[in-house]
Amino acid sequence: MTWDRNQMAARAANEIRDGYYVNLGIGIPTLVANHIPENMHVTFHSENGMLGVGPFPFEDEVDPDLVNAGKETISELPTSSYFSSAESFGMIRGGHIQVSILGAMEVAENGDLANWMIPGKMVKGIGGAMDLVAGTKRVVIIMDHNTRTGGPKLVHKCTLPLTGQQVVDRVITNLGVFDIVEHGFALVELAPGVKVEEVRKRTEANLIFDGDN
Amino acid sequence: MNKKFKKTYPDVVSALDGLLFDGMSIMSGGFGACGIADLCIQEIRRLQIKDLTLISNNCGGQFPNRPDEGFGLWTLLKDRLVRRAISSYIGTNKTFEQQYLNKEIELELTPQGTLAERIRAGGAGIPGFYTKTGVGTIIAEGKEHKEFNGETYILETALTADLSIVKAWKGTAEGNLIYRKTARNFNPIMAAAGRVTIAEVEEIVEPGELNPDCIHTPGIYVQRLFEGRAEKIIEQRTVRERAAI
Repeated sequence: MTWDRNQMAARAANEIRDGYYVNLGIGIPTLVANHIPENMHVTFHSENGMLGVGPFPFEDEVDPDLVNAGKETISELPTSSYFSSAESFGMIRGGHIQVSILGAMEVAENGDLANWMIPGKMVKGIGGAMDLVAGTKRVVIIMDHNTRTGGPKLVHKCTLPLTGQQVVDRVITNLGVFDIVEHGFALVELAPGVKVEEVRKRTEANLIFDGDN
Repeated sequence: MNKKFKKTYPDVVSALDGLLFDGMSIMSGGFGACGIADLCIQEIRRLQIKDLTLISNNCGGQFPNRPDEGFGLWTLLKDRLVRRAISSYIGTNKTFEQQYLNKEIELELTPQGTLAERIRAGGAGIPGFYTKTGVGTIIAEGKEHKEFNGETYILETALTADLSIVKAWKGTAEGNLIYRKTARNFNPIMAAAGRVTIAEVEEIVEPGELNPDCIHTPGIYVQRLFEGRAEKIIEQRTVRERAAI
């Protein structure tokens, strides 16, 4: 058994503490918001200029002037505020956002992150990712453990153009949770039923297990 | 108000009259389809102003399931009116991505926060600033590096443009503007960074109808404004169901 998208998002929600300001990236990270305990006060930041992102709107509340960074329609809360892009990235660069949770194409064992282009093939553009990983106190990655063709995504050294240098703190994949430590990825937790052997086989990077060293 | 200093124009055609020329640089507000000055963009396209340098977060976009349709600045890309673009994100814009990969367009890809701050700096008369964003990536190549308190930063320079086109919710003849919800985004900083700024305003209201404490863009930054309401575009309609009672 491995974790599915929702289970990975639920595991990532454990990274969030009461009172945190949090930025969620596009894709699986967006699902993290569905797993925050009701008694916990968390404020979601959207880099296009909003604090206090609410859930998707009801059909009759859809408003073209109210979208998140993925350009999805959202709703506001009584606690929400709006501001310009410069102010929004001032919050990020200024270290006011406690956690940023985003997706990745590759993470290297020194914490390097690549998630914005494949040379000659695909350019999504950088968006706010470089600012987020440079400015946020803690960077958590959610991604599949391997590429669609089974290639490694936890690597010795990124082959794709970097989004940030030594910026990642923790990676949550469908196989488990890994922390960037001095000599590689330290296993923090395995998804239920996943064996260490399977993780070893599917990882290129240096893995550190309890009892190693 | 003295007629000579009148900032309001009856429509987009008169508001843009005499300001457009081939080879010009244009800052265009908006994030995706949200908060774009669409009537201004349509007019620039109608006049086929070419060799443009566009400064905009996305340069318009395309709809996921309609490959030949797009909105905003995408329409200018499609007509090959753009020579150079300074943007942060070109996903959801296949035309942009293809023209860039085929080297038909010059693209200065800039992190979104750096883009915003470069524009803010341009409007505020600050020629450059140091940031940690992009250190160790291709963004940092060729840029001055400097250490502050043991951390490395890179020098980024300010941006201004011949013209800024911004979209506001309400405005007065004075040029005071307020924006609505997340349609604010890049609009206020671009308003300040254009040598000439035109505001496309949903509703021009009487002086006194806007609370001076709540003005987002003071009129000093706005040279011309007109009332216009383009159809608003939704890129990703995401909704939830009401729980059955």
